[in-house]
Amino acid sequence: MEITVLGPGCANCQRLEANVNAALEAAGTQATVTHVTDYAQIAAWDVMSTPGLAVNGRVVSTGRVPSVAEVAELIASA
Amino acid sequence: MTTHPTHAAERRTPARTRWLLAAGLVAASGAWAGLYWLNERVWTWLAEDALGLSRDTRWVEAVHFFAYDTAKIALLLTGIVFVVSLLRTFLTIERTRAMLGGKREGVGNVLAAGLGVATPFCSCSAVPAFIGFVKAGVPLGVTLSFLIASPLVNEIAVGLLWTAFGWRVALLYVTAGLTIAIVAGWALGRLRPERWVEPFVLAPSLLASPQGGAAGIAARTPTMQERVRTALTEVREILGKVWPYLLVAVALGAAIHGWVPADLIARVAGESNPAGVLAAVGLGVPLYSNAAGALPLVEVLAAKGVPMGTLLAFMMSVVALSLPEMVLLRRVLKPRLLAIFAGVVAAGIVAVGYLFNAILA
Repeated sequence: MEITVLGPGCANCQRLEANVNAALEAAGTQATVTHVTDYAQIAAWDVMSTPGLAVNGRVVSTGRVPSVAEVAELIASA
Repeated sequence: MTTHPTHAAERRTPARTRWLLAAGLVAASGAWAGLYWLNERVWTWLAEDALGLSRDTRWVEAVHFFAYDTAKIALLLTGIVFVVSLLRTFLTIERTRAMLGGKREGVGNVLAAGLGVATPFCSCSAVPAFIGFVKAGVPLGVTLSFLIASPLVNEIAVGLLWTAFGWRVALLYVTAGLTIAIVAGWALGRLRPERWVEPFVLAPSLLASPQGGAAGIAARTPTMQERVRTALTEVREILGKVWPYLLVAVALGAAIHGWVPADLIARVAGESNPAGVLAAVGLGVPLYSNAAGALPLVEVLAAKGVPMGTLLAFMMSVVALSLPEMVLLRRVLKPRLLAIFAGVVAAGIVAVGYLFNAILA
């Protein structure tokens, strides 16, 4: 499973990454978490508001920081 | 891997939770209205009856003003941000892009300005949003109209101006902001700004089909519960960001209110000084604050006789252009375009200031 956090590294992006790690740990799921900070690459993902979250190559959230519970739900239903 | 489309019906908030939410919102509104009504009375009671002090004493009046104005603005911020954020959950930037894509200039500028006001947009997303618009075929001038309108016609400023000066002033502010965004964006579009955009934004590889496709996200409608949660988070975040500026601004306002004589202010920014608007904008542009930080000063200066056009120009120059946003936009706009952008917006604000002073006099 591949999880990508898309954002330039602002506070919200850090929070999202933390929530992702927390959700993965709680569910005991193994996944590679990458943080994309380059604007050109973020734009290639067609993300218009950061932070964005993608699971296995599919964008599941943009422009907000989903809670740990929401992240878990997004990962599970991907 | 099969895709699992999210059916709106599956994700609706259950009926019981909706009732609880509705009841909670009604109760909160009541509490808010009660606090607002009580605000001044409590501080006056505290000063005069509980502590036996006279409001004629300068420092007593200053502290009374400080407490009352801070509480009032904090309450207003909470109310305005909550309601506006809640309403904004019905519009996303992806939908805005869909509406603006391919529109010609002129009409596009007007639409973009309006959407800039209505769409939830954080300056931190200025770069991805800019690139996203370009990719969708939105003309650069139209994108710039959006980027100008968004911070300029700030809902907090509108709400605070309304409560302080009435709906006419608030309407003037909105109209002025929209006009500046439309005209400035259109004018900038005429200058063929593509030559001053960082090359990577216009690169064909970037403009190719996106991998993953975030367009599907727009289809995921938030539930009522999620909307309320988003609005509450917005309130918490904005209050968290704004409170130091608010305290400083109110303290400054209280000091001016109590100690700076009206004729000194009149000499610098009053009607008799033709450079008043320029001074106001010159002061406002480098100031890093937000509407909540600017309003206490505006209120106090209005009471000291500074004309409304000058004050609106001041408010707009504080909120329209911010250094952090300029730093971010530098990633996509070359310095020349950035400078022209800031210059055109500032010029627009100055023009509006003089115009309103003339009309309202």
